Amino acid sequence: MNAPSPAPNDYSAYPDAQGRFGDYGGRYVPETLMPLVHELDAAYRAAKADPAFQAELSSFLTHYVGRPSPLYFAERLTQHYGGAKIYLKREELNHTGSHKINNCMGQILLARRMGKTRIIAETGAGQHGVASATVCARFGLPCVVYMGAVDVERQKPNVFRMNLLGAQVEAVTSGSATLKDAMNEALRDWVTNVHDTYYMIGTAAGMHPYPEMVRDFQSVIGQEVREQMMAAEGRLPDAVVACVGGGSNAIGIFHPFLNDEGVRLYGVEAAGEGMDSGRHAAAINGGRPGVLHGNMTYLLQDPEGQITEAHSISAGLDYPGIGPEHSWLHDVGRATYLTATDQDSLEAFTLLAQLEGILPAIESAHALARLPEVVKDVGKDGIVVLNLSGRGDKDVATVAAHLGRTI
Amino acid sequence: MTKTRIDARFAALKAEGRAAFVAYVMAGDPDYATGLEILKGLPGAGADLIEVGFPFSDPMAEGPPIQRAALRALNKGMTLSKTLQMIAAFRQVDQTTPIVLMGYANPLINRGFETFARDAAAAGADGLIVVDIPPEEADPLADALDAEQLSLLLLSTPTSDDARLKIILKRTSGFAYYVSVAGVTGVKEADAATVAPHVERVRAAGGLPVCVGFGIKTPERAAAVARVADGVVVGSALVDEVAEALAVNESVTARVLSKVNSLAKAVRSARVESLTV
Repeated sequence: MNAPSPAPNDYSAYPDAQGRFGDYGGRYVPETLMPLVHELDAAYRAAKADPAFQAELSSFLTHYVGRPSPLYFAERLTQHYGGAKIYLKREELNHTGSHKINNCMGQILLARRMGKTRIIAETGAGQHGVASATVCARFGLPCVVYMGAVDVERQKPNVFRMNLLGAQVEAVTSGSATLKDAMNEALRDWVTNVHDTYYMIGTAAGMHPYPEMVRDFQSVIGQEVREQMMAAEGRLPDAVVACVGGGSNAIGIFHPFLNDEGVRLYGVEAAGEGMDSGRHAAAINGGRPGVLHGNMTYLLQDPEGQITEAHSISAGLDYPGIGPEHSWLHDVGRATYLTATDQDSLEAFTLLAQLEGILPAIESAHALARLPEVVKDVGKDGIVVLNLSGRGDKDVATVAAHLGRTI
Repeated sequence: MTKTRIDARFAALKAEGRAAFVAYVMAGDPDYATGLEILKGLPGAGADLIEVGFPFSDPMAEGPPIQRAALRALNKGMTLSKTLQMIAAFRQVDQTTPIVLMGYANPLINRGFETFARDAAAAGADGLIVVDIPPEEADPLADALDAEQLSLLLLSTPTSDDARLKIILKRTSGFAYYVSVAGVTGVKEADAATVAPHVERVRAAGGLPVCVGFGIKTPERAAAVARVADGVVVGSALVDEVAEALAVNESVTARVLSKVNSLAKAVRSARVESLTV
């Protein structure tokens, strides 16, 4: 039985003032952006310490986002695996259908506080793009969302949702035309529009302070899980599981448990067509450290240091890097990073739909796919919490195509 | 040794009373053999210094022209190793024209800063610009380059205030590079009147010759900037010539060198003309 740790330990002290989690993180950006990055850092620190900012954020999370999200005991899924109790953290029930809104709400309030008048964002699956477009609509700010042309094609409903919300979606055709290229293009926009533009990064990666800031805004997930689990079971869980692309939903649920050594943390990377196929998106399991998009972290790259394309059925996990805090948690052994293939995830998607009546995002289905191993690890009396980071309605067409069905 | 090549070139230009024309080319664009031919032809066409880009898959500060140049080079198998090999081949025919490498951090990190610095010095390079390494992250790289007497050129930009300029120039040697527009390469146009006071700021902060780049496309613009700066860098307009030549099936080398020639002439005559006006 785990009791909450009485005192914080070293894990909560990161990143340092230079934005480092051990060797990872940092601020690898062109000089033109560096003063803006310092300005953002100072503004975020002031906001974080300001009770008025926190109260405003908390109020919007309650009344607009719909927090707290439920912690749901998945009885039939638990019976199916015949072991540890499985709880689902229902982030898919948030406004806009994923955890992405938690971060966007924090960042839009910060952007307003900084007097910025134009918002740019990148998106993969479109979940962060929709969340960005949503908060921009709510606060009346123009929003440009960069999205890889390949993703525009496979996530059409989300593109239309963004348009309905008044955002301009820019299809990016450079490179592999997916999330990493969308991020390149957003950075090019930012370096060109330095005076009025706020870059709303959607994952816990990029240059400091983004990995820390996005983690902080997403940590509401883990904080709620702590309280909800104490209320439901009177103790902390034995394991927490989440899918990892850039890793914002994972770090959000992990972070409040980092100091509780008895809580095992499992991230699940996208293995695409299989780790041996070379067509995957697993930066930790299949990459090595390097610098991309402002931070030092594990990356998919060739022997000459060129970034290689990621492959995943899930547009939201289709990224060759990962947030720097995950790279560090992997190196120090605090979290374990597993993988799930496209096929594993499709099976998990269908299983959850049929056992619990919940369509998970194909991203979250990667985490579901590793439940058998996690359940076995913690034993029959254990408790597992899985972050159900998004809803799967957006993925219905993709799933149908892979199942060979027409809709 | 190598730092003196840049210093010697600027001393000679100062004696001539003119600005430097700095030509940027992407290594291996459109292929290794043509790239080397262009490189060897640059000094004769009027380039006083050469920036050699080493391609990266995700060049976040480049506009479409240099993005496409990098892609052409990568598709033909260009690498950092082959870039250094190309510089070594150039040094067999030219021992005096300074060469500054320009690119992104990851290929360098992949090779290791110390190994890279040794190899670059051995190949005959003189300096290095890394777009995504600001002063905050520069120390390990600067130390490695110092050990091999290579110059690190940290970029100064319109958003760098005087306090940052001091930090930037403290770790910069050879010459100061002023990025004349907030933006990516080859899109916005630089304006000489706007640039002039910034050049003075950069010169005052470091005491180094100041070259201006990003957004200079035409001989007229190059001449205007040459009247207020110690050097003019042109990149996107040159790599666009590669694309154009390929599109109309002309000699890439002839087309690029002809453009270099017209830009270099404009830079060389800029101050003479301004005296006679």
